[in-house]
Amino acid sequence: MSMPFGYVPAEQQMRDKADYARKGIARGRSSVVLQYEHGILFVAHNASRALHKISEIYDRIGFAAVGRYNEFEALRLGGIRYADINGYTYDRGDVTARGLANLYAQNLGMIFTDSIKPYEVELVVAEVGETSDADQLYRLTFDGSVTDEHGAVALGGQVDAVAGRLKEHYREGLSLAEALRVGVTALTEPDGERPPTSQLEVAVLDRNRPHRKFLRLTGARLERLLAEGTPAAPEAAEAPEAQERQAEPPAQAAPPPAPGPDVPPTAPEGDIDTGSGG
Amino acid sequence: MASHRDLPAGLRDSIFLDTGSSSFTEFLTAYAPHLLPGRREGIATPIGDAIPHATTIVAATCAGGVVMAGDRRATSGNMISQRDVEKVYRTDDYSCMGIAGTASTGIEMARLYRVELEHYEKREGRTLSVEGKANRLATMIRENLPNAMQGLVVVPLFAAYDPDRDAGRIFGYDVGGGPYEQQQFHAIGSGSIFARGSLKKLYRENASPADTVLACLQALYDAADDDSATGGPDVTRKIWPIVATITDEGFRRLPDDEVAELVQGMLEGRMTDPDGPVAPLR
Repeated sequence: MSMPFGYVPAEQQMRDKADYARKGIARGRSSVVLQYEHGILFVAHNASRALHKISEIYDRIGFAAVGRYNEFEALRLGGIRYADINGYTYDRGDVTARGLANLYAQNLGMIFTDSIKPYEVELVVAEVGETSDADQLYRLTFDGSVTDEHGAVALGGQVDAVAGRLKEHYREGLSLAEALRVGVTALTEPDGERPPTSQLEVAVLDRNRPHRKFLRLTGARLERLLAEGTPAAPEAAEAPEAQERQAEPPAQAAPPPAPGPDVPPTAPEGDIDTGSGG
Repeated sequence: MASHRDLPAGLRDSIFLDTGSSSFTEFLTAYAPHLLPGRREGIATPIGDAIPHATTIVAATCAGGVVMAGDRRATSGNMISQRDVEKVYRTDDYSCMGIAGTASTGIEMARLYRVELEHYEKREGRTLSVEGKANRLATMIRENLPNAMQGLVVVPLFAAYDPDRDAGRIFGYDVGGGPYEQQQFHAIGSGSIFARGSLKKLYRENASPADTVLACLQALYDAADDDSATGGPDVTRKIWPIVATITDEGFRRLPDDEVAELVQGMLEGRMTDPDGPVAPLR
């Protein structure tokens, strides 16, 4: 049997699409999402003050995205509608990050297989719980894969390098100022300058807030937190932390997201995402 | 329902349909119209007293904000259908609404209105102006007009903190919509005539929020005194009026024990002076 003219094997097609999406995402700046003692912190390197990369979705749910603005904005608005309509139909407590992550996964997966052009986006959907154990972090990639994350997640441009720095400094139960420092450090290249405050988009899901947990940190408040998180004598502050980290690993059985080829499980080269979170 | 071509590139789920408007109600009209209140088939006969009605709400401005308070009674005709109904709703961080009229329709409207304000805020990244909020509520009341003609009347009272003026503002409505901005104080519901008369004497311009809360509690007591559909404080069951203040620090519902203390103080005064505080004659 002869091949039809212009035939491209499915495998090749998927690989091309994945490469295309990855290249698009790699052009952008990175963001990080990490748990701290009272909730979840979002930090994005964003040169635009008008177009947000971080947003509130619902009472307990936040959203962070990197990649093409018009694409993740359509997803963000859809997510807000999904949450509002479910909260209105049932009860506000019935809106979950899990449901939202599923909606995104379905749509991203469908676009990846059906459309000529995949979405060049990477998302994190986060839900703050009553305690830090109940916090949920879902990371979604352009092909609709979902990974259930703990601790800290990096997404965007130089994701491997950022995730590496994040893993190096992150530990459980950080204060807000410390977590912010870890996040900003992760977004800063080793010998580079820290992104100016005006280019940092920072928000929290603070479990201690009433009603809506999402809060943007801007202006003087952000400056204060950044100053607070920068210790006067970095060596002195780092040393006990390093010892703690060395002492802790047996207790912290679940490893933070490892950078490198095994995470995230992206089709077609990666593992098949079974959705079981494994 | 939208075809694929109306959706952003590639998306198939009509939850992603963009109506081009930041209104949740408008999206609902396109996506799930059956969820909207007041869109049912016309009601054949007027409903009358058969379903519970909510009664008196008062609101008064204070220094740097506004106070809203409501009694806890719902009535169906001469029956008390609920003793502890809640009629003052937080609608966002800086606004609240109280409902009078058909309780069920009012609760539904308050729920939808809250989503409406939040939806706009999340979508646009800014809060609606106080006028914008008041106008939006007017549209929702107007949409309920056909039902109102059949007896499902809802007339809310809207209060908000206006950051541009650093002051509280109050808006009243009628069954056809509105809004009518009210200066100083306003009351709605069956006991509103008595409450308004009481507030007229007790209201002090630029009083502290605490003093204004007291004036509102006194007004509610006066309304309950003369209107059978308004409930007074229920001392034996420990059911107290709902009191909320909105200032630059946002919406705050006073906790029950705080209200209980204020009510006890007021009742003690009324033991010797059943008609309450006396306004100076000159």
